[in-house]
Amino acid sequence: MADNSIDVKGLYKIFGSNGKKYIEAVQNGMSKDELNAKHGHVLGLKNINITMPSAKIQVIMGLSGSGKSTMIRHINRLIAPTVGEVMFQGVDVCKMSETDLREFRRHKTAMVFQKFALLPHRTVVKNALYGLELQGIDKKEAEERARHWLQRVGLDGFEDRYPNELSGGMQQRVGLARALTNDADILLMDEAFSALDPLIRTDMQAMLLELQEELHKTVVFITHDLDEALRLGDRIAILRDGAVIQQGTGQEIVLNPADAYIADFVKEVNRGRVIRVDTIMETAENGTATVSIPSGSRLENVAKLLSDSGETLANVVDDKGITIGAVSMRSTIEAMVTPAKH
Amino acid sequence: MGIRSFVTTELSLTEFPELGRTDLRNLKKGIDEAFKGFTRNYGEGIEDLFIPLLRFLVWFEKLMLATPWPLMIVILCALVYAGARNWVLVVGTATVLLVAGYLGMWEDMMKTLSIISVSTLICIVFGIPFGIMMSKSNRTQAIVTPILDIMQTVPSFVYLIPIVMLLGIGRVPGLMAVCIYAIPPVVRLTNLGIRLVDKDVLEAADAFGASSRQKLFTVQIPLALPTIFAGINQTIMMALAMVVVAALIGVQGLGGEVLKAVNNQYLALGLFNGIAILSIAIVFDRVSQQFGKRLQKHSEVIHG
Ligand SMILES: Nc1ncnc2c1ncn2[C@@H]1O[C@H](COP(=O)(O)OP(=O)(O)O)[C@@H](O)[C@H]1O
Ligand SMILES: [Mg+2]
Repeated sequence: MADNSIDVKGLYKIFGSNGKKYIEAVQNGMSKDELNAKHGHVLGLKNINITMPSAKIQVIMGLSGSGKSTMIRHINRLIAPTVGEVMFQGVDVCKMSETDLREFRRHKTAMVFQKFALLPHRTVVKNALYGLELQGIDKKEAEERARHWLQRVGLDGFEDRYPNELSGGMQQRVGLARALTNDADILLMDEAFSALDPLIRTDMQAMLLELQEELHKTVVFITHDLDEALRLGDRIAILRDGAVIQQGTGQEIVLNPADAYIADFVKEVNRGRVIRVDTIMETAENGTATVSIPSGSRLENVAKLLSDSGETLANVVDDKGITIGAVSMRSTIEAMVTPAKH
Repeated sequence: MGIRSFVTTELSLTEFPELGRTDLRNLKKGIDEAFKGFTRNYGEGIEDLFIPLLRFLVWFEKLMLATPWPLMIVILCALVYAGARNWVLVVGTATVLLVAGYLGMWEDMMKTLSIISVSTLICIVFGIPFGIMMSKSNRTQAIVTPILDIMQTVPSFVYLIPIVMLLGIGRVPGLMAVCIYAIPPVVRLTNLGIRLVDKDVLEAADAFGASSRQKLFTVQIPLALPTIFAGINQTIMMALAMVVVAALIGVQGLGGEVLKAVNNQYLALGLFNGIAILSIAIVFDRVSQQFGKRLQKHSEVIHG
C-alpha cells in the first residue's frame, strides 16, 4: 500500500500584509499578543511539526481560535504558509505550481466542512458528483459513482432533493458523500460534526469509523471535543494559541498529560473508553483465569466481561489466541477512575 | 482708492466673476467645433460600425410585425407562462394585447416591444460580463461605480446631443440612449451578487480544485443569479421609462405616440399609449420577479 502519510514540518503562519518580516521575531519567542499589539499581525501557527500517519485518523484538537482551521487548510493550501513544508508522497504542497496544486486538490484530497458548504442550487446527487465534474469525468460515470456513495452514507432516495430540504445531519452526509466520491487519499474534515446534534453526531462518528475500516484513507479530523477526539483519533495533536502542546495516542495523552492545561482537559474523560487493557495487564500470571479478552480491548469492555461472567481475573490474548497476560477486576476499576492528584 | 477699485472691479460679491462674454462664446464654440470635427472625420465610420445592429433591429421589428397577430399573442403568452408559471399573468397579458390591438396600438406596441427586447438583450450581453469584471477587482469597482452613477443621474437629454450629432436620428441612436440609461442596474447587481456569494461555498469549490472559470460557472453565477435577475428587472423598467425620450430622436412606437399627443394636446391618445406602456411594464416586472423567485427557491441555506 502506498505511503499516504502527511509530514508537516516547521510550519509557521503569520496573518497580515508582511508576515515574513516577523518570522524571526516569532522564532525568537515573540508572543501572539505582542505581535498583534506591536505590528498588527496575527500569529496563526507557530512551529508545527506533525507526522500524520498513512491510512489512519489524525485528530487535531483545540479550543476555538487555537488555529485548527488554519492548520488543516495548509494541507490543501487553501492557506499558504509563511514558512514551512507540507510533504505528501515526496512533494512539498507549499511549493506546487498553481496547476499542480489544482490537480493535487482534485485527485489527492477531499474536504468536509463545518457548515457543510454544499451548493444550494444543485440536487444532492449533483452535489456529490461535483468533484468528479471538476475533474472532467464523464457525466454518466460521475453520477453512478456519486449514487454509490450516497447510498453508502444512507441517502438513497434523496438523490434529487435539494440541500435545503434536508436536516443538518443529512446535509453533512451529502458533504461526506461529496468527499468520498472524489476517491482521494486524503480526507480533510474541519469540525465536520460540530454543528450536529449529539445523537446524530454519534451516528456520524460511527459511520466514519465503519467506512475507514475498509477505505483506509489518511483522515485529518478537526474537533474541539475531547470525547470525539478520543473516539476517532488514532493519533491526536493538541493545539493551543497556534502551537502543538502535545501529541500522541489518546491513551498517551490521557495517561500523561503534558501540562496542567491538558490535565484539566482530560480529567472528565471516560477513561474506561480510552485506556487499553495492555496498559494495565500483568504479564506474570498465566492460565488461572477462565475468561479471556483480546489485546487492545478498552477497559470498559474488560469490566463488562468480568462483571457479566462473575470472574475477577481475565486472560489477555493476542490475535492468534495466545495468552500474553492477565488483568484483574481491581486493577481495571482502579485505572478507570480518575486519579485524585489531578 | 486702491482698495475700493480692487473690490468693485475685481471681486464684486454681488456679481459673479464670470469669464468674459467673448471668451465664453469661444470656449463653447471651440468644444462644439472640436466635436463637429470629430463627427465629420469619424462619424461615418462609427455609423458604419453600427450597421449590423441597425439591420438586426430592423429585422427583429419586421419579424414581430410580420408575425400574424394571433400567433404573436400565443407566443407572448407562452413566454409569460414559461417565465412566471402563473395563469393570471397569462390572461392579463392576453387581455392587454387584445385591448391594445383593438384600440389601434398593435403596430406601435410591437415596435416598442421590439426595441425594449433588443436593448434589454444588449444590456444583458454587455452588462453581465462587465459586472463580473467589476466583481473581480476592487480597483475596477472603484473606477466603474462613479461612471455608472453618472450614467444614471445625468439627464438623458445631455447625452442625447452628442449621440445625435454623431449618429443622427433613428433607431440606433435611440437604442444607444436607452442602453446608456438602462445598463447600470444589471452591471451593479451582477457585481453585487457575485461579491455576496457565500465564502464557504466558494472555499469548497477551491478545495475540490475548481479553476477560476469553473468557480465562475458552477458557483458564482448560479448563486448570484437571483440578484442578477433583480438587476435585469430594473434594467427593463428603466428601458421602458426611456421609450418616450427615445421617441424624441426618432424611435417609433408607443413613445412616439405619447410625444405626438403631448405636442398636439391629444388627451385620449396620450392616455391610451401611456396605459399601454404601463401595462407592458407591469407584465415585464411581474414575469421577471416570479422568475427570479423561482431561481431563488433553493438558494437559501438552512442549517439544522
Ligand atoms: N485571514 C485571517 N486573518 C487574520 N487572522 C486570522 C485569519 N484567519 C484566522 N485568523 C486568526 O488565527 C487564529 C486561529 O484561527 P482558526 O484557525 O480559525 O481557529 P480555530 O479553527 O481553531 O477556531 C485566530 O486568532 C484567528 O483570529
Ligand atoms: Mg475552525
